[in-house]
Amino acid sequence: MTHAHLVLEDGTIYRGRAYGAVGTTLGEAVFATGMTGYQETITDPSYAGQIVVQTAPQIGNTGVNDEDPESRRIWVAGYAVRQASRMVSSWRATESLDARLERDGIVGIQGIDTRALTRRLRDAGSMRAGIFSGDAIASDEEMLEQVLQSPQMAGQRLADVVSTPEAYTLPATTERIGHLAVLDLGIKASTLRYLQGRGFDLTVLPHSVTAEDVLALSPDAAFYSNGPGDPAASDQYVELLQALLRAGVPFFGICFGNQLLGRALGFGTYKLPFGHRGINQPVLDVATGTVEITSQNHGFAVDAPIGEIVDSPAGFGRVEVSHYSLNDHVVEGLRALDIPAFSVQYHPEAAAGPHDSMYLFDRFAALVRERKDA
Amino acid sequence: MPKRDDIHSVLVIGSGPIVIGQAAEFDYSGTQACRVLREEGIRVILLNSNPATIMTDPDFADATYIEPITPEILETIIAKERPDAILPTLGGQTALNAAIALHEQGILERHGVELIGAKVDAIHRAEDRQLFKQLVLDAGADVASSVIAKTVDEALAFAEEYGYPVVVRPSFTMGGLGSGFAHDEPELRRFVADGIHSSTIGEVLLEESILGWKEYELELMRDTADNTVVICSIENVDPVGVHTGDSITVAPALTLTDREYQELRDIGIRIIRDVGVDTGGCNVQFAVDPATGRIIVIEMNPRVSRSSALASKATGFPIAKIAAKLAIGYRLDEIPNDITGVTPASFEPSLDYVVVKVPRFTFEKFPAADPTLTTTMKSVGEAMAMGRTYTQALQKALRSMERRGSSFHWSGEVGDKDELLERSRTPTDGRIVTLQQAIRAGATVEEAFEATSIDPWFIDQIVLLEEVAQEIRDAEWLDEEILRHAKEHGFSDVQIAELRGVPEDEVRATRWELGLRPVFKTVDTCAGEFPALTPYHYSSYDQETEVVPSDRRKVVILGSGPNRIGQGIEFDYSCVHASFALRDAGYETIMINCNPETVSTDYDTSDRLYFEPLTLEDVLEVIHAESASGELVGVIVQLGGQTPLGLARGLEAAGIPILGTQPDAIDRAEERGQFQDILDAAGLVAPRNGTATTEEAALEVAERIGYPVLVRPSYVLGGRGMEIVYDRETLHGYFERMADTAIIGPGKPLLVDHFLDDAIEIDVDAIYDGTDLYVGGILEHIEEAGIHSGDSSCTLPPIGLGRSQIDEVRDATLAIARGLDVRGPLNVQFAISAGRLHVIEANPRASRTVPFVAKALGSPIARANALVMAGRTIRELLDEGFLPERDGSTLPLDAPVAVKEAVLPFRRFRTREGALVDSLLGPEMRSTGEVMGIDRDFPRAFAKSQIAAYGGLPTSGTVFVSVSDRDKRQVVLPIHRLRQLGFRVLATEGTAEILVRNGIEVETIAKHNEVGVEASIVGAIHRGEVDIVINTPTGPAARLDGYEIRAATVGADKALFTTVSQLGAAVAAIEAARSPFEVTSLQEYHARRTA
Repeated sequence: MTHAHLVLEDGTIYRGRAYGAVGTTLGEAVFATGMTGYQETITDPSYAGQIVVQTAPQIGNTGVNDEDPESRRIWVAGYAVRQASRMVSSWRATESLDARLERDGIVGIQGIDTRALTRRLRDAGSMRAGIFSGDAIASDEEMLEQVLQSPQMAGQRLADVVSTPEAYTLPATTERIGHLAVLDLGIKASTLRYLQGRGFDLTVLPHSVTAEDVLALSPDAAFYSNGPGDPAASDQYVELLQALLRAGVPFFGICFGNQLLGRALGFGTYKLPFGHRGINQPVLDVATGTVEITSQNHGFAVDAPIGEIVDSPAGFGRVEVSHYSLNDHVVEGLRALDIPAFSVQYHPEAAAGPHDSMYLFDRFAALVRERKDA
Repeated sequence: MPKRDDIHSVLVIGSGPIVIGQAAEFDYSGTQACRVLREEGIRVILLNSNPATIMTDPDFADATYIEPITPEILETIIAKERPDAILPTLGGQTALNAAIALHEQGILERHGVELIGAKVDAIHRAEDRQLFKQLVLDAGADVASSVIAKTVDEALAFAEEYGYPVVVRPSFTMGGLGSGFAHDEPELRRFVADGIHSSTIGEVLLEESILGWKEYELELMRDTADNTVVICSIENVDPVGVHTGDSITVAPALTLTDREYQELRDIGIRIIRDVGVDTGGCNVQFAVDPATGRIIVIEMNPRVSRSSALASKATGFPIAKIAAKLAIGYRLDEIPNDITGVTPASFEPSLDYVVVKVPRFTFEKFPAADPTLTTTMKSVGEAMAMGRTYTQALQKALRSMERRGSSFHWSGEVGDKDELLERSRTPTDGRIVTLQQAIRAGATVEEAFEATSIDPWFIDQIVLLEEVAQEIRDAEWLDEEILRHAKEHGFSDVQIAELRGVPEDEVRATRWELGLRPVFKTVDTCAGEFPALTPYHYSSYDQETEVVPSDRRKVVILGSGPNRIGQGIEFDYSCVHASFALRDAGYETIMINCNPETVSTDYDTSDRLYFEPLTLEDVLEVIHAESASGELVGVIVQLGGQTPLGLARGLEAAGIPILGTQPDAIDRAEERGQFQDILDAAGLVAPRNGTATTEEAALEVAERIGYPVLVRPSYVLGGRGMEIVYDRETLHGYFERMADTAIIGPGKPLLVDHFLDDAIEIDVDAIYDGTDLYVGGILEHIEEAGIHSGDSSCTLPPIGLGRSQIDEVRDATLAIARGLDVRGPLNVQFAISAGRLHVIEANPRASRTVPFVAKALGSPIARANALVMAGRTIRELLDEGFLPERDGSTLPLDAPVAVKEAVLPFRRFRTREGALVDSLLGPEMRSTGEVMGIDRDFPRAFAKSQIAAYGGLPTSGTVFVSVSDRDKRQVVLPIHRLRQLGFRVLATEGTAEILVRNGIEVETIAKHNEVGVEASIVGAIHRGEVDIVINTPTGPAARLDGYEIRAATVGADKALFTTVSQLGAAVAAIEAARSPFEVTSLQEYHARRTA
């Protein structure tokens, strides 16, 4: 048995056993409450730089397979679980999670009181943390010092790391509606699949693309993906988006994309105490009054007033909060009323999570079709 | 949409008596519903025939009717109370079927009353197999290939095409009654014939076999705005083929990826929408092919179900409560989540623990029954446990069964692997332990999977436990590391002790010295995302405990564990009331129980709830955690039946104060010599008796006191092992049968009493505070002594006891209470034989009849029991008007008469050959539940009790009589009366002879062993030509004679009387039933009493 320690920046230490790769990892400790979908979670680029604490206690039971990853690799900086499965049971499994983590060099920890850790993060807020296992275990003071030396999540620009290095295209998989420019800030495979499935030919662009580059493609619409990092440290994408909006390009954004639309419209963003990370999050669709159970993974949120129509501080006309969280009234969606743009803070593509919000892809397709017809 | 403003009064229909497949969970759900509706200012009218429920306490509704659940009675209530709406979705299949009957008979329309929660067409879409199948296909999901059969021939044709096994499911039944896998033609014929009979619409569904597939359930809720959420996913550890109620289940599902889970969720949501479940809860069952992932929808229940109760307790999401709110118009997002207080109910609970449910069976009560588990539910209860790992939860759940051999064990020789694997092929009670023994004997995961089709992940967890067991055994010392490792995987001190070959105390002492104690986590619906307001805890060996210190005076109440025959909802009733009464009295109440079906495990019944096994170790740990702050006043062990009582000595030894009657007094009541001394001192007599721990000694005692004798093991409940023995040979046979139960032995003597033939049995429920005795009620049994009191019907007030006899009973009860030094409840059983009062037994604990007495007389004796245990005096309770001044021994002439009737599960059990088990009543209790009939006189009350229990007595038709010589004289008058009432009378030759000579017109019919089945009485019963069967046996030989007759009667669902006294009561009831019944609410009775 290899020992492992998880050290929070407040000095709390959880002592357990190594899981996955052995060594040191540093990142922001966050908890995720989904009971299914660990493979989707660890391959979600939005988790880049984060040590994910899984509240579900039995992890790895169904192993990993080739169909469920949401991107080309595991992005979590570290992984903490209560009880790692020693056996894989699924007709689709190709490998154990343990083996995959080890192969991808992901340092994890198991056998710790993940509920105590979760409650700590809930009460004190997300914190920097480190997992140290095997030979990497040092004195408590030394380990804490390493954690305190690691960068804060606020102010980080991680899209550079997770975005595609080169542009590439993907064809529509159903009757074609048009050409969609997709800014990859950490996009998930499911999102691409659903966009293709709604009739879009996709050009997936690296994060470094310029407005000229995008407009040169003359896309019928633009899309911003989810992704890790602080929206406040992402002026480049905000400016790009403002250029596209001014050019009248219909826009849909998810998660990070919602924060960037918020900023493009002139609203601020702020860091939530411990974020929303789970697949059971109730969101109210203001337009229909119905509740969606959504998949969420965000540590930042848009600061916009709920329940009223306001003018975009950046001059894009009227804007309303289209969706908000029923748990804590955080903004979960924006809709511009005078330009063709909307976004949601949660993940309609789910993966992992419920499929309640798939209608948003339809709504986007309809918006683009209308514009084209008009 | 907020609450509807057009609903001011709602009629809630309960689920009636506890039967297999429909148990205490509906008391939990109904109680929740009634509470919620009243909180909303709605007038609640309640109908339930089951007096043992919390919901039928007069405080939970504005008008409480304990009356039979029939369309006629419902219409009478509707006409009288004029409710705006009827809520039928919280009372199980009984309530749903009643609602459909109201619709079909035009009663709803006639009275302008609306069904809320589910509409009739939605119920039809969900329950009509053909409609449902089409609906599933239209929703883009898959079903097993199937056909509807109305005849056996149609069924045989289907089997021809698809091969055996074939699944048979009748429409509109609960708990899978009549359904099963037919492996060959004879089985198919039998299942189909039975199924057609059980189904209210005379048809069955036949399906291709999906035996061995993985089985899942989703619990969903939907509101008027079409918001739908999944509350819980449940995975069956036993694969398809075992009824989900009989399966070990785990929540959340553990062997699905998100893709598969979301597919189930999508299908579930489409189905609840397409079925059109308006509002409320429903569950959908799925099968998943483990090789390909193909998903098949098995069925859905458009109502709150047993699984909903489990899901509520497993997640902390109160499904029934929310369902009631949705039914009156609220939307999910308008209802707060009680547990967090700040978030809405429109979410999906996330668990950061594992929940395991294990079913509790009582096959030992039906030795002839085939214990193979099938799609017909046979379990009578269940225990649930929570842990931070599956192994922890599983081991806790298994030890919650509290029966020998229910936990994994490592004692004795390692068995033969192949034999154990072979045995584990057949799903039975305890298969998981057989599997563990196979693994102990070296079976691999592959071999175990091949034998059982249980998912390899679950099998590997047993392998893991086996490895940990080896480590425990092989460790040089019991150090902290190995102990913690053992505890994280749920090993009990008992198991560790067994592995180490040391006493349990020693393991515990070592563990405590090391400071190794469990922590208590909180069930919070959200995996820690939001702080929880409700102290709903489970133990785990982990780092951080969440018990909030409190400086209050605390009382710990031990519940009764899984329901079983002999220890059911009646005991939970007393525990719940103790909690209510002591809360009101200012104590902080702490409930420990492991039964998810009960009101006691509702998170708002007590101040704190610990969902834990009722073993000494687990209870001591809760007490330790709670002793960290405040003052522990004491523990209540006398209300939950034998389970907590069995812990009294251990708790006392650990220095824990016991409230009320002390363990010594409990022992004095059980220990023959001491009890005899008490009786002698009071000048009371008991039947001649003795005790024995061996067969030789028992034979000697029996010779001395004279046969027949009643034998009874000590410290058991529900008459386990209790029999009337007529001779030497039978006594020998008894010891042979009891040999491997270990309920008789040193320290656990067999009580041998002379059996009083022809005696009238009396039950007294009383409270004693050290000075005064308060008689709750005196119950006269309708069956003579020898029938277990739990199976006997009884009447309150007594109808055959004179004033002086009642006084004698009262005085005797007081003398016994004094002699035993009781503080709190006392139940005494007497028998009057030849004019003489005999004391049969005394139990200084709450009895099964407490709720019945409370309902019949409207006195809060359950609460008074608890208050007296906590030190209040009866005088004080009388002065405060808490207890009525006139106690249960002095009832006025115009007091209503209440009759309790037992409900028996014989139709559930069959022998391996497929015959029904014998339905004869005896001293061992076998009923699962009870009903109450209440009216102004005995005949009406008895008639109502028969309607409530068995659908009623026929008022015309054919009666068959075959009685023992002893009874022949006594049947003359009642049969004469039946003849006058127009019944046709059939009798066997011997009985006919007596009747004819007494001038009664009788047709003689042969026994089956004389002319073969078809021409005999058995054939006539099979063909439905007989409406009432009277068959009394005596002596061991005669008992077997009537078996075929009784089995046929039960199978044909006809009235059966096996004692003459029942017959007398029945005749009076048949007369009474010729005019329509009046209904009176408990509140009206109360008003009359106090007027």
